Amino acid sequence: MANSDIEVAELSLQHHFASMDQQRESSTFGMWLFLLTEIMFFGGLFCAYLVYRATYYQAFVEGSQTMNIWLGATNTAVLICSSLTMALGVRCAQTDNRKLMVILLIFTMMFGLAFLGIKAIEYHEHWTAHQFPGPNFSFPQAEANGVNPQNVQIYFSLYWAMTGLHALHMVIGVGLVLWITIVGARGRYSADYFAPVENVGLYWHFVDLVWIYLFPLLYLISHKHGG
Amino acid sequence: MSSEEHRQHVIAIGVYVGIWATLMILTALTVFASFLELGNWNIVLALVIATIKGTLVVLFFMHLYYSSKLTKVTVITALFFLFLLLALSMTDYLTRGWLTNPMH
Repeated sequence: MANSDIEVAELSLQHHFASMDQQRESSTFGMWLFLLTEIMFFGGLFCAYLVYRATYYQAFVEGSQTMNIWLGATNTAVLICSSLTMALGVRCAQTDNRKLMVILLIFTMMFGLAFLGIKAIEYHEHWTAHQFPGPNFSFPQAEANGVNPQNVQIYFSLYWAMTGLHALHMVIGVGLVLWITIVGARGRYSADYFAPVENVGLYWHFVDLVWIYLFPLLYLISHKHGG
Repeated sequence: MSSEEHRQHVIAIGVYVGIWATLMILTALTVFASFLELGNWNIVLALVIATIKGTLVVLFFMHLYYSSKLTKVTVITALFFLFLLLALSMTDYLTRGWLTNPMH
């Protein structure tokens, strides 16, 4: 038992690190630096959202009225549950509980796929209602309320771009979790070496974090017609 | 490996479940709050709740509370640059109507 632990650790320690601790610290720091760039990546879209929301507030209200709050809220809950199973999965890696880690990671993927499925239902509704920016965009209810449909189109451009980029991150996230599940099931990780699990966990929680802001900003702008 | 190698803090399961429950309650709260008519305070309340949720995720699910100073500085740097991006952009867009250009 102890011998195999040492073997795994020795296999895992790269020659340019002094200790497993230093190696893990470095990889976690690297992951946080990557997430920093991700914050700025999404930050650009949040900035565009802020500028256009401030400029065309009524159009954003009109656009957000078409959002299904209950599907959005369900998806928020699904992501929070996936973050719990992911966090507990990382904890299992820390405590050498391989079997439970694999189960929790599979649950995480299931929640991730459930999120994407619900998102696909929403996308389908918007697509069939011509609420996709482009030549076929149509928003007849806008003019009745004295809003320029072109400005509502800006809302939908941001909606599709922000949730689309987020959904892409979810797809990548499910792929990453699948990868650590397979490698983890083969017993590659231990309490001494689980940096990939930790870092995929950080990525997963970050994607959850982005949605925590997307949900109120896109779905919950206002429920009443301000005219 | 010696026990020194296991220095990373293992958070109790109860803490994770407690954070999860708090996040679920705050999600319900933000949906409920969006149906109240608070005028401009709706968005303030929504963002305050989102920020509380985000802080809990970062501190406990992402272990930042137990992380090294280097990691904490990295996160604060990220927030600072995001603040610069949003704040300086808005100082431009929100003040465009304030002064009339004598050249026009």
